[in-house]
Amino acid sequence: MVRIGITVFPGSNCDRDVHHILNNILHVDARYIWYKSSFDDFDCIIIPGGFTYGDRLRAGAIAAHSTIMSRIMELADDNVPILGICNGFQILVESGLLPGALIVNESLNFICKWMNVVVTNTDTPFTNLYDKNQKFSIPIAHGEGRFMIDDKSYNKIKKNNQVTLEYWKYNPNGSLNSIAAICNEKGNVMGMMPHPERGSDKDLIPVGYDQNSVLVFKSMIHYFK
Amino acid sequence: MDILNIEEYSYLKKKLRREPNDLEQFIISAEWSEHCSYKSSKKHLKLLPMKGDHVLVGPGYDAGIIDVGNGYVVTIHIESHNHPSAVEPYGGAATGVGGVLRDILSMGSRPIALYNALRFGQVDKKSTFDSKNRWLLKNVVKGIADYSNCIGIPTVGGEIEFDKSFDNYCLVDVAAIGYAKLDNLVMNTAIKGDALILGGNATGVDGIHGASFASKNLDEENRSAVQIPDPFLEKMLMEATLEALENDCIKAMKDLGGGGLSCCLSETADSLKKGFLVDLSTIPLKQKNMTDEQIMISESQERMLYIVYEKKKLEFFKIFDKFNVNYSEIGYVTNDLNLSVIREGSTLACMPANIIAHAPLLDRKFKQPSHLKSILKSFKDPEPQIHIKKMVFKMLSNPSISSRKWIFEQFDHEVGIRTVSKPGASDSSVIKLDDDKFLSFKLDGNSKHCYLDPYQGIMGCLAESLRNLTCVGANPLGIVDHLQFGNPENEEIFWTFLQTIKGIRDYCTFMNIPVVGGKVSLYNETSSGPIKPSPVIGMLGLIDSKNKIKYPKYVSNQSIFIVGTTKDEMGGSEYFEYCLDVVGGIVPRVDLEEQRNITEAVKKLIDGDLITGVHDCSKGGVIISILEMAIHSNLGFSVSVDKMPNNCSRIDYMLFSESHNRFIFSTDNDEKVIKYLKKRKIPYAKIGSSSSDRTCIIDHKGKAIFKCSLGSISQTYQNSFSNLFVKSI
Repeated sequence: MVRIGITVFPGSNCDRDVHHILNNILHVDARYIWYKSSFDDFDCIIIPGGFTYGDRLRAGAIAAHSTIMSRIMELADDNVPILGICNGFQILVESGLLPGALIVNESLNFICKWMNVVVTNTDTPFTNLYDKNQKFSIPIAHGEGRFMIDDKSYNKIKKNNQVTLEYWKYNPNGSLNSIAAICNEKGNVMGMMPHPERGSDKDLIPVGYDQNSVLVFKSMIHYFK
Repeated sequence: MDILNIEEYSYLKKKLRREPNDLEQFIISAEWSEHCSYKSSKKHLKLLPMKGDHVLVGPGYDAGIIDVGNGYVVTIHIESHNHPSAVEPYGGAATGVGGVLRDILSMGSRPIALYNALRFGQVDKKSTFDSKNRWLLKNVVKGIADYSNCIGIPTVGGEIEFDKSFDNYCLVDVAAIGYAKLDNLVMNTAIKGDALILGGNATGVDGIHGASFASKNLDEENRSAVQIPDPFLEKMLMEATLEALENDCIKAMKDLGGGGLSCCLSETADSLKKGFLVDLSTIPLKQKNMTDEQIMISESQERMLYIVYEKKKLEFFKIFDKFNVNYSEIGYVTNDLNLSVIREGSTLACMPANIIAHAPLLDRKFKQPSHLKSILKSFKDPEPQIHIKKMVFKMLSNPSISSRKWIFEQFDHEVGIRTVSKPGASDSSVIKLDDDKFLSFKLDGNSKHCYLDPYQGIMGCLAESLRNLTCVGANPLGIVDHLQFGNPENEEIFWTFLQTIKGIRDYCTFMNIPVVGGKVSLYNETSSGPIKPSPVIGMLGLIDSKNKIKYPKYVSNQSIFIVGTTKDEMGGSEYFEYCLDVVGGIVPRVDLEEQRNITEAVKKLIDGDLITGVHDCSKGGVIISILEMAIHSNLGFSVSVDKMPNNCSRIDYMLFSESHNRFIFSTDNDEKVIKYLKKRKIPYAKIGSSSSDRTCIIDHKGKAIFKCSLGSISQTYQNSFSNLFVKSI
């Protein structure tokens, strides 16, 4: 069975949520990895959301330079699937594993809201159970989630099919071309601003939205079948 | 300036049988401040009913503890940070959140939800203070958001009100709920020799005299009395504390809040019936050269006091090291019942903890305010309004009515994955517990009603809370009260306080709902006088099945019913005060017997699955409830108000009256509903039906007095509030 590691940095605050969904709803073996500990027996890694180091300097900037990230970069080279959610996405960008930058929302306010997104790349360990252009519901909650990248790099990631999710109909934070998630060139590292763990328990889905964000985790499990 | 007033000084001298020194007086002055000692209110608070089958720990502790079955408990507490927020809204509101979370943590429970009740002066009408009021609101919201989002506790509900009496001031109340296994709660025991450990932040000169500052009128901008927030440190402190607790390291703990070390040490020693000896040279400091007095009364945030099992001390230190949280062994437990403060061997202060922790209580004088009689006497009904549509749109844009999504979207209300009902979506919040039960909590306040009639006003807040809980299918477990008034030395203000206590006592005794916690905040005076009496009620309830959670929504082509009687009770209504600028009139009265019957009946209809959507009628009147259900379901309706049970003299009163004990609901089973309501002798009427399109029609005597498409109604309701803040400042 697939073993999933969930990183816990000082200030991670969605670690327990991801752990709960994976263990108690999806019944897979997911364990915490304290940022100072060494590890070597996980099939994939999730960097959950939160406010690592209180977002000091810039969201994700300090966590990106911790020793555990050097290890995660090695795993990324070894094609281990690595998913960064929200602050996890910010850490991946700050560490250079993903291109671009995540800056303060266009409204300058934190925004917590249920959204719909569209899947633009189904060829990753995190999106393989979706249909191309499938829309699904998922909540966001961030203050610095506006994805930005220079034109040249944008053309490159677009050509490479590295944009994996786009906000559907409404761009909540001013992200370039409504980008909600991107992956690296090889597709084994993905960062997403929305929170799939928050849309994975049927009791928590508001009327008018679906429970399909759970397919992000199911895709990861499926990838190892 | 004398440290203590003459009465308190001589009382202390008599108790100690000697002259207290300066440091001792500083310690006493922090603990005997109104904020910490409740010296004006304590005698009266004892009158409240506090016992209940589910109440494990009631008022008087950091948080109340309620048994929710299967070995689980819920902890609950409410705090305010009014004075600090009025001078430094961002830091004041943020540290308010931090403080209430540490109260929950002190009981040994993990915080799982936050709520806030906010009061500001008017933000939308041009006045001397409108821009200041918006500035206060914007920064209070940001302060709450930044602290709670960072620490990762969801803000799942709230309540807000605007009134001139809060101009240039604000009331910031924060409530928190914690969740734990009964077995994991802190036992709070100590024996001689146990180590006292201070964990978290270093002690600095921020928040000096905070408790005394909050116990006086706000006559100057005392910014150094406001504490500095650090949510990241609190997150680390919280995780370290919970891990130490899980590993059975902690025998007793308490957070440091108002009054700093003075209050924390004396109250903990007193409640453990022990003495403490503390060496000030061991306290980690932010600044060099702090005086002993400053160290003892500093209210630096993110600090906790722990009493740790001797053999678990190293394990405790290891856990705190893991989270990089500072700690220091500051002294030990003694049997002499004294709080002794020493520095390098010499004694600086030594007083019995129970003297410090128990201020001499006061008998404040009271008398009925003369202005209430004159308001009543001089009241004249305003001219009837014939332009109903114009009034409805004015009401929909009223910041006390319209959607506050601009606020709650700034709060992470999803983290922790328990939020079943999203903010604004239902009458009361709903969060998921671990054993397929659901918890509901709702804050309600109404300073306009409480101003005109504090007794009926507070009963109304309680009645509204119960109705809100009823709508989501919850059974009430208990309430917390937050009593906010002006200067209690003013006899007329103290009368309103006593009326409020009486109202809570009468309501809770009749309904058999215990008071499980509360807070009193006095001396809330603005530059132009006292605030209106602003008690806020938080009611907690349990829902045993997800199917019982109802939303204020129609289903297309179903019948719309109203239960309860609409009366000419316009005093303090949003219609009078916001739309017509009229203060006065009769405040809605709560008939307790009727409230019990009607809420029970609605609950039974929900339990019997006969209701598809339900909404309470309160601020803004029946017309706002009918429209809100339309907005939430995106469906129009056609209703006639003629059959509505009422004794109203005018149509505008009928539509905008805020009479209690009323619900609007939709059903697809008219027959059973009618049969049941008739059997229980509940006043009701079928007033119309929801439609499948978006046209909203209200008829009166065969004529449409309101006809409008839902689009413009929704737009006004959804955007009015946001527009104030997106465009201004």
